[in-house]
Amino acid sequence: MTLAALPTTREEDWRYADPAELARLEPAALDGWKEVALPSGEVRCKELMLGEGQGGVHRVRLTVGEGARAELFAVLSADEYTRLEVEVTLAEGAHFELGGVTIGGGDAVREIVTRVTHAAPNATSNQVVRSVHWDTATGNFLGRLMVARDAQKTDAAQSFKGLLLTRGASANAKPELEIFADDVKCAHGAAIGQIDQAAAFYMAARGLPPELARKLLVQAFVADAFVAHREPEALLDAALGALGDAA
Amino acid sequence: MLKIDNLHATVADRPILTGLTLAVGAGEVHAIMGPNGAGKSTLAYTLGGRPGYEVTGGSVTFEGQDLLALEPHERAAAGLFLGFQYPVEIPGVSNVQFLREALNAQRKARGEEPLSGGEFLKLAREKAALLRMDMDMLKRPVNVGFSGGEKKRAEMVQMGILDPAFAVLDETDSGLDIDALRIVGEGINAIMRQPGKGVLLITHYQRLLDYVQPDRVHILAKGRIVKSGGPELARELEREGYESAVAA
Repeated sequence: MTLAALPTTREEDWRYADPAELARLEPAALDGWKEVALPSGEVRCKELMLGEGQGGVHRVRLTVGEGARAELFAVLSADEYTRLEVEVTLAEGAHFELGGVTIGGGDAVREIVTRVTHAAPNATSNQVVRSVHWDTATGNFLGRLMVARDAQKTDAAQSFKGLLLTRGASANAKPELEIFADDVKCAHGAAIGQIDQAAAFYMAARGLPPELARKLLVQAFVADAFVAHREPEALLDAALGALGDAA
Repeated sequence: MLKIDNLHATVADRPILTGLTLAVGAGEVHAIMGPNGAGKSTLAYTLGGRPGYEVTGGSVTFEGQDLLALEPHERAAAGLFLGFQYPVEIPGVSNVQFLREALNAQRKARGEEPLSGGEFLKLAREKAALLRMDMDMLKRPVNVGFSGGEKKRAEMVQMGILDPAFAVLDETDSGLDIDALRIVGEGINAIMRQPGKGVLLITHYQRLLDYVQPDRVHILAKGRIVKSGGPELARELEREGYESAVAA
């Protein structure tokens, strides 16, 4: 499928994107869907580190077979517009796990956009996204969840938290739930805040310089996104590496 | 070792400390008692350098240095420990990681070599045992889910690990049951009752002073020391209350 025109921020799915960056996109970039079909019963875990030079639009379409489990962990830390878009269709008893972090300064927009369809009964999904930004950077999470009419016993959760290190940074959360079944559990939550000053002083009083205290607090904050990962060290390093240049 | 001279401090433009003068020598334990609102916690936070506690006059000299010119983390590295009345919870950061980073940051600031993971754990185990705290608790996030008493005990474990030259302990005895009070009192003695170290104990009650015998007792009221004396002053207060002492 080729798009007739480039998206604009008038479209719901792109409303928090950077309009100037959208105008610069090549239509070809928008056709580049990576399609992955996970057969029944399989388990697959994928890490995506979208750091230096890895910006732009990344699109993944996942079909998760019966009883299969797909895990995706992503760190968006490039210093240009970066968008990770994930479309997921879950068969009966399948699970989708997303742990995403957007982190960075400058003026870039980094966003994670998901469309998860629970197409059959008993599927579960868990999405945890954490955004840490400074300067005038923006982090977004747009999460759409669709539960089909016969997808009873769906259990879906979405959690977004933004941590803004400086005035001028921003974060946007847009949970969208479309539920056509009547026996389901769909939880979602969003919160945006700043560094806890009481914790920062407590850490300073124990001898931690401000930049080290902040690193520990940011580490604790983003670690939520990698709780389901068995060895989160590389992901944490990728995320915290971006913090080095924070003001 | 700690010399506070005519200290004035404000919080949100409200004057709280109004000319406080106090000197604690090496090897001494001083207690500060006083009614609610006298400025006891403000004194602790001002010494620690908490943002929002503004010094508007006077000086604080710590081992010959101008304490007020140092950033909070530099004060810690210089040997000052602030025991919090309400220790802060830090979800996601384990006690072990927090304290190892803190100790090594202090050591780095003093030009000392960092402790390895193994050396640190040995030290942490020793200090936890001193305060009878289960090592498993130190693997949990800082103060998260700890009871009031556990938080205070954890503060003293932190003090043991960081081994400061001077401790300002803000109501470390509040929230402790009788057994915990004794353990904490003995912990303070073991860690801080040494030549070359000093303690400023801020407390409401005589009870802690039964375990940690002060050399001097001061009454703080309306932002100033209004009366000083020996240990008998604390007992007198316990008997007669602040009102008569402050009025005298």
